[in-house]
Amino acid sequence: MVKNKKKTKTVSKKSAVNSISAGVLRKLYETILRIRRFEEKIIEVYPGQDMKTPVHLCIGEEAIAAGVCIHLRKDDYIFSTHRSHGHSIAKGSDMKRMMAEFYGRKTGCSKGKGGSMHLCDPENGILGSTAIVGGGIPIAVGAGLASFMKGTDTVSVAFFGDGAMDEGTFHESMNFASLKKLPVIFLCENNFYATNSPQSARQPHDNIAKRAGGYGMPGIQVDGNDVTAVYEAAKEAVDRARAGGGPSLIECRTYRWKGHVGPDCDVEKGCRPRDEHDMWLKKCPVERTRKLLLDKKAMSEEEMKRLLDKINKEMDEAVEFGRSSPFPDASELFDDVYFSGGK
Amino acid sequence: MPWTKVYVDKSEFEKAAQLQKEGLRGLTFREALKEATSQMMEKDERVFVMGEGVDDPGGIFGSTAGLHKKFGKNRVMDLPIAENGMTGVAIGAAMAGMRPIFVHMRMDFLPMCMDQIVNHAAKWYYMTGGRTNVPLVVRSIIGKGWGSAAQHSQALQALFMHIPGLKVVMPSTPYDVKGLMVSSIQDGNPVMFIEHRWLYEQIGYVPEEIYTVPIGKGIVRRQGKDVTVVAVSNMVYEAMKAVQPLEAEGIDVEVIDPRTIKPLDEDIIIESIKKTGRLVIVDIGWKTCGVSAEIAAVVAEKAFKYLKAPVKRVTLPDVPTPNSPVLEDAYYFDYKRIVSSVKEMFREI
Repeated sequence: MVKNKKKTKTVSKKSAVNSISAGVLRKLYETILRIRRFEEKIIEVYPGQDMKTPVHLCIGEEAIAAGVCIHLRKDDYIFSTHRSHGHSIAKGSDMKRMMAEFYGRKTGCSKGKGGSMHLCDPENGILGSTAIVGGGIPIAVGAGLASFMKGTDTVSVAFFGDGAMDEGTFHESMNFASLKKLPVIFLCENNFYATNSPQSARQPHDNIAKRAGGYGMPGIQVDGNDVTAVYEAAKEAVDRARAGGGPSLIECRTYRWKGHVGPDCDVEKGCRPRDEHDMWLKKCPVERTRKLLLDKKAMSEEEMKRLLDKINKEMDEAVEFGRSSPFPDASELFDDVYFSGGK
Repeated sequence: MPWTKVYVDKSEFEKAAQLQKEGLRGLTFREALKEATSQMMEKDERVFVMGEGVDDPGGIFGSTAGLHKKFGKNRVMDLPIAENGMTGVAIGAAMAGMRPIFVHMRMDFLPMCMDQIVNHAAKWYYMTGGRTNVPLVVRSIIGKGWGSAAQHSQALQALFMHIPGLKVVMPSTPYDVKGLMVSSIQDGNPVMFIEHRWLYEQIGYVPEEIYTVPIGKGIVRRQGKDVTVVAVSNMVYEAMKAVQPLEAEGIDVEVIDPRTIKPLDEDIIIESIKKTGRLVIVDIGWKTCGVSAEIAAVVAEKAFKYLKAPVKRVTLPDVPTPNSPVLEDAYYFDYKRIVSSVKEMFREI
């Protein structure tokens, strides 16, 4: 992991915490917890060998999806990556259809054609997700261009990782979005690894947020495990985009607890240093938000327990729905290659 | 029918126009393409044109010239030279309700967009279980001659023909370029719209109103009974020029213009072979894994029993395009090669 000495611009945690209402904090916590439990449920059921889709879990990174999507309307767009479960949940997708998708069922959000890496929920502004690193960034900009051309005030969020910063599409997209002042939020979840390659092996400077300056747009770096910091930074960027002020880049520094793909941790395999991993475990976004809520008396232990029970039940129902749903008919292989309702 | 007719040169069209007097409005391929774009932009505010140089004085060899004055620079949008990223932008805009036409002055620039075209545009509808479609038209122009050389003259249609989820259109006449452009904009799928630069001056009958030519339907340009010549894009004209010299040899040629290579109108080719028993395929691209290879394979699978002779392919040799005029002459071919290939076929039997 790259040590960050020079900070670009950071959100003052104190001011952020104070300006966020107890109701919003509770909502943020609920989303974070829901994402965590969803991913943990996958870990629980994955050894059953019947969820035949490569899962890229976002445990440890939940605060980002929660802190960003809380500012979005149903008609705002998000474009996500192979690691998209958290974003879909935070945007309001039906977890039953997500689980059904992972189980390859007809009732899945992509009718069993996409799997974990290609979630979609057009009614909630998720037109699809792509597993090609950097591939979704220009598409998000295109959705922003459509808003601009139609004269609507919907915004478009491109979620991507630090690996996508190395792709040409990132730079091409930043350039064009800034040129046309499009309502786009470039949201980099910097977990310091592209698969197993550390950021320091790929980038000469640890300056992701600063790169925004080169394209004439605001860039900000925040602690991605501090949901209040993410909330504040995202609010500013979304408000600016919606008001016609153009795009922003937000770098959220975080860490994935599990390996690049699959339910296991890769530390045992030597992919990442143990002490680094352990240090980040202490920055758990669920625990931090939970503490914050208790400190601010925004939620009681009893309420938290009830919330957890409710969420656990949702997870059981989602898995049950997925497992009990029918598989697609083999003949559906040939459906949906071409759209046929043109005019 | 004036709309199925290929006018090999201007004088031939003028003669036809004189005979008809009224009702035979002639437009060049370039004008027909621009008219289709302009009329569709008037009719449907979701339609817009994007591409590097679309609003410059040349206007993509005249095919978009002046449109920015009529529709403004937001709907005729000049772009940074960032082909892959801008393809992604077009895809995103298409998904979110727009109807972009992305124009590339040279087809050689498309390999830079392969990630967005192949991994994204082509697959999106399938990956989302049919929930998000991508109504995108990607225009590209094949160059030829004057030393255009290896990176300004490629005919890469076969690359796209390979990819499920894409449609690939290669119009040859002014009538078809307008009708197929309208169909492509309305289709709702990613359509690769491929034009040969040498078609731009071709003249033909083009109605003023908006009309469509169906994607996936070929056309018989000339009926004949001895040999089927399937010719793509501007090779349709070369095939038509080969008709007379072959007729003089007693060979009656049927010329088929597939107009769309994906989906390919297999039926029209197979029906013709049932009659002629002989097939010559003429493409503007390379031989290996090219359009001609696919058509030959389809015929081998589905119409082998009707063949009286091995299939012949007239294509570019498998080398990059050279610069020197002497090498260019050795690289490209015209109707004379088609004539000699057909004659060879009859001699061999």
